Amino acid sequence: MSKAQQAEPAVNTPPAPGPRQTDGRTARRPLALRLLARPEVGVFLGAVAVLVFFLFAAPPVRDGSSMANILYQSSTIGIMALPVALLMIGGEFDLSAGVAVVTSALTASMLSYQLTLNVWVGVVVALVVSLAVGMFNGWMLVKTGLPSFLVTLGTFLILQGVNLAVTKLVTGNVATDDISDMDGFDQAQALFASSFDVGGVQVKITVVWWLVFAALATWVLLRTKYGNWVFAVGGNKESARAVGVPVTFTKISLFMLVGFGAWFVGMHNLFSFNTVQSGEGVGQELIYIAAAVIGGCLLTGGYGSAIGPVFGAFMFGMVQQGIVYAGWNPDWFKAFLGVMLLGAVLINLWVQRTATRR
Amino acid sequence: MTDKTTSAHGAAPTGTPADGDRPLVELRAAGKSYGNIRALHGVDLTVHPGKVTCVLGDNGAGKSTLIKIISGLHQHTEGEFLVDGGPVRFSTPREALDKGIATVYQDLAVVPLMPVWRNFFLGSEVTKGPWPVRRLDIDRMKKTADEELRNMGIVLDDLEQPIGTLSGGQRQCVAIARAVYFGARVLILDEPTAALGVKQSGVVLKYIAMARDRGLGVIFITHNPHHAYMVGDHFSVLRLGTMELSADRSEVSLEELTNHMAGGAELAALKHELAQVRGVDTAGLPEEGDLQAPVAATPEGKS
Repeated sequence: MSKAQQAEPAVNTPPAPGPRQTDGRTARRPLALRLLARPEVGVFLGAVAVLVFFLFAAPPVRDGSSMANILYQSSTIGIMALPVALLMIGGEFDLSAGVAVVTSALTASMLSYQLTLNVWVGVVVALVVSLAVGMFNGWMLVKTGLPSFLVTLGTFLILQGVNLAVTKLVTGNVATDDISDMDGFDQAQALFASSFDVGGVQVKITVVWWLVFAALATWVLLRTKYGNWVFAVGGNKESARAVGVPVTFTKISLFMLVGFGAWFVGMHNLFSFNTVQSGEGVGQELIYIAAAVIGGCLLTGGYGSAIGPVFGAFMFGMVQQGIVYAGWNPDWFKAFLGVMLLGAVLINLWVQRTATRR
Repeated sequence: MTDKTTSAHGAAPTGTPADGDRPLVELRAAGKSYGNIRALHGVDLTVHPGKVTCVLGDNGAGKSTLIKIISGLHQHTEGEFLVDGGPVRFSTPREALDKGIATVYQDLAVVPLMPVWRNFFLGSEVTKGPWPVRRLDIDRMKKTADEELRNMGIVLDDLEQPIGTLSGGQRQCVAIARAVYFGARVLILDEPTAALGVKQSGVVLKYIAMARDRGLGVIFITHNPHHAYMVGDHFSVLRLGTMELSADRSEVSLEELTNHMAGGAELAALKHELAQVRGVDTAGLPEEGDLQAPVAATPEGKS
């Protein structure tokens, strides 16, 4: 064969410099299509559609206080949907996120009440516990290499059982005692569960926190090293490790971020209702995951945004309250959600395929 | 193993070559065992600046284990591993990178969904500003990535496009350009041409030569002797975890290299086995003797 002869010369001649031209194959796509390819644009259009629908179907929604209520409802989902979305972009998900919220609230509440401490002690200990749960999830995942579904399903069941059993053991009841007359309660309530007045409408402070966290998460994701790592460990863990990204640190810290979110929402629940029901939180984790997926995050990781889940959570809050304002049977909520989830996923898929087609 | 390297083809033992400069990376009788399985044993390898060291071998010959040791993904369990003359033992790829040893992996060189410029700087991001607001210096990174890619002859209109939309050859080149930019002194290329067409392979080979001319030491892993012979200065053939051949370019011809890669003796044995199977015509197949002699044919039809 002639290949051998071909191979002989070519050797030590330095390669000719590459031709200097634009490659001409990447014609710029129209602006509209490029926008549609962004992960959050599909869900933004979906949220607008749901809003417009309820503005017509349920006249009370047009009222300012109703909107404040809808935003509040969205914020309690949205604050948790953010770290869950970041985790999802990082290639994992956390089934224990729902009950972790309750665990955090129970810890703060029972510790302060039983030992008659300032509530801030309970708040700080709850933060440590929440971060520890997240760290445990992440550490187990990284060390064993098990899928996050299994690891966090385990944590989910453990926490669910511990929540109920420990609460009954300590208080003899399924709920914790009222802590509203304890030291530091008012300060903590001001931080986690107060309201403020905007043009005669009472707006809950969680709405502000939600948007602040969303802005922060967006900045971190798109403008910092850490954000780059999150995309990388979700997109291709092995590549990321090979080029020097600290994969273990990134994954564990993402789980701890979910722990932080659970702590924050847990504290909000505690300081707005004064007591905690130990059996709550089950099923919420799926709502958070659904909000993140509706928000354009890829379940397999490596793709998504922090602003998408904001709109995803808004759609949830809108539908939940919209059904009530429209005077329909609230039982329809979950069915509505399911349709919305499938619809959003299909639209996202279609939009991305159309927009990224070359 | 060095001293008793099979010299059937007149290959001299590996050692410091005539030019006498200190090797960047040197393995002395290095090996690796996974439990009771000895994946690599008694391997000697030297990498000099401005030279291409080719490591050839069939599947399972230990090529991957060898690069994993040098790139810091695994640790050697026997022998010595020296960088700049000093013994080292890397526990993470980061440590290897800090020593200037960069690896371009065959399929895990990049994160497909991330933009080209983010991939270029992944793991070594350029930042600006004090800590609480320390952020990516995006303009500078994009500009640098574009310049570096153009220097390597890769022209891309849109650095924001996901790297997954590039062709396989372009992706390899981006990874090579990245390694060169980040001050790699030793570049390990893991079968960069394995999944590529003829033309794209040519492009990658060109960049290997370019990196070599910039004074980098290159370890080029391949199972294609033709590609190896185009750019290689030294050839090491691995077989079943040990070094079968280690020879400078002047000591080995492409035919001999091809023959070694093919495992001439094994093929003769295979012919004998095939003869026992009904329906296989072995009359036209070469004998062992033919395979030892200069034969240009590539028995596995690789090109």
